[in-house]
Amino acid sequence: MLNFLFQRPLLMAGMPARLFSLSSVDLLIIILYFCFVLGIGFYLKKFTRTGEDFFLAGREMTAWIAGLSFLSANLGSLELMGWAGASYQYGILAAHWYWIGAIPAMLFLGIVMMPFYYISKTHSVPGYLKLRFGEPARALSAVSFGFMTVLMSGINMYAMALVMKVVLGWNIYFSIWVSSLTVAIYVALGGLLSAILNEVLQFILIWAGSLLIPVIGLIEAGGWHNMVQRISHNLGGADYTHMWRTMGSFTDNPMGIHWTGIVFGLGWVISFGYWTTDFLVVQRVLSAKDMRSAQLAPIIGSAFKMMVPFIVILPGLLGLALLPMKLLPEAQAIATGGHSYNEVLPIMLARYCGPGLLGLGITALIAGFMSGMAGNVSAFATVWTYDIYRPFLKKVKSDQHFVTVGRWCTILGVLASIGTAYLVMHFASIMDYVQALFSFFIAPLFGTVLLGMLWKRATPAGGFWGLLAGTLSSIGMWAWVWIDPTALKYIALSTHARDMAENMYRALWSWIVCVIVTVVVSLITKPKEDKELEGLVYGLTKLPSSSHLPLYKRPMFWAAVVAGVFVVLQIIFW
Amino acid sequence: MSDRAQRISIWFFIGILLFIYGILICGTGIYELFVPPEHPVVLAQLRPAIWWGGLLLLLGAFYCYHFAPGRSK
Repeated sequence: MLNFLFQRPLLMAGMPARLFSLSSVDLLIIILYFCFVLGIGFYLKKFTRTGEDFFLAGREMTAWIAGLSFLSANLGSLELMGWAGASYQYGILAAHWYWIGAIPAMLFLGIVMMPFYYISKTHSVPGYLKLRFGEPARALSAVSFGFMTVLMSGINMYAMALVMKVVLGWNIYFSIWVSSLTVAIYVALGGLLSAILNEVLQFILIWAGSLLIPVIGLIEAGGWHNMVQRISHNLGGADYTHMWRTMGSFTDNPMGIHWTGIVFGLGWVISFGYWTTDFLVVQRVLSAKDMRSAQLAPIIGSAFKMMVPFIVILPGLLGLALLPMKLLPEAQAIATGGHSYNEVLPIMLARYCGPGLLGLGITALIAGFMSGMAGNVSAFATVWTYDIYRPFLKKVKSDQHFVTVGRWCTILGVLASIGTAYLVMHFASIMDYVQALFSFFIAPLFGTVLLGMLWKRATPAGGFWGLLAGTLSSIGMWAWVWIDPTALKYIALSTHARDMAENMYRALWSWIVCVIVTVVVSLITKPKEDKELEGLVYGLTKLPSSSHLPLYKRPMFWAAVVAGVFVVLQIIFW
Repeated sequence: MSDRAQRISIWFFIGILLFIYGILICGTGIYELFVPPEHPVVLAQLRPAIWWGGLLLLLGAFYCYHFAPGRSK
């Protein structure tokens, strides 16, 4: 969801004739995939008996399974296609969303925050807020999360169906119903266990179906160096292959963004907010079998996340270097019937992949969509059941009752998402506001959770009012710019700032508001007793030590390795 | 025996799927050696379907063997 910033234009893709047709072997590959994910769901149903099984996969996942699932839930097909299009449009700058926009936050989750989530034995992020700040903070967080999850899920569903229509000529309703009902069935049957294990399968298929494009593309281009030269030649010497050297000014790069926006807005608030507090991804890590696995899972995920630009950003760059035609902005593509930036990935797929490989590539896109959607519905079912239904509607019921509610929630969540997809179909302008809506909740929530974990003086009143003030201030800033566009120079520090830059800075300001209000209110209200905060706050929680383990088994060691590679990548592509 | 110990590893399912995909893709690539397509893709002479399909087949076979029910812990 973090990367939805670039996905919106995908929805506006022109609707030219389909890009390619599938052969019978391609269709067989796609049908086999659907059979397998459904089969796995049916198989796992018998292992899903208790609430712990259904909502937390029995808390028995290994670090690898939890880590790959953690990443897979984020790797939606629209993410793949949207960011490939973004790299065609903006060059390698798009890789910031994979590196500084993800890696530090994922490592921070593993090393600093995971112990508190795990030791508290919470079922969810709103559940942690309940333990730390009380019921009001949980209610605010749970309702906003549930609302946004269904909305985002529906929009992703519609976008995916539209892509299938553009790429394959499939009927839009057929795509929506078949793919979403498949997800509903296998998640309702096996709960988070089924979602996670299928996400691992989907992760492998995403790589198997996408990896060939950059490999053959680099062969065609004659290697990285020749590709860079071709891009420079094709774009009249413009710099599309360096990540930081054009960030000194808003006007020096096509994103219209300054390095402060990337570092503090994306790299700090938005990235940390998404990767450490969005329950969609955190839920995967909570399913780990022990603390060490829970800490290692985001670190393993971050190592793979660092490699994703190879299958997403590189195809966009290869498109810039190799495609004989020029892909167009959306409006132009619609007006001329040409192909838009966002079609670069399927175009490259069709360029190199014949029968069989094409089916595998399309399966990778479908797998990406389904892993993202399964993440949404399983997280929604958990938050609804544990953070809304149980505390506010049915306090005392059997564990089996809540499993049944979880199953029905999964189906209802998917149906609500389908309803949203139909709504978006008729009111496409909703898309214009979704990214802003989503960003209203991320940044303040990060401020609240961070203070809750690291500052024992933060009080329940401080947590609630800080979260509310941060959210309202974000909405207020968005409305101010909507009513008076000249306000952009105050919110985003420049009139040249684009939507993305505005989102970055608004997130930063709303996080600061949340932190200030939380601190001020906490200082004038009564804190909880220390004994109530044991296991929830730094300084009052006995954190496990890994000093008895050999170096190669310590989470900190692997976090340092990933951090080192991250720094080297920044230097190489500076 | 716990549920987890009884459960077939997800890597085994992945192995089966990759193995079948490998056969289909590699088989299609070999078929195209004898019946070249009317509109070949760029760099079709590299025969990506054969070696990529073969790679999937080998990987799938390894996963099937290594994570076979009864063999994995």
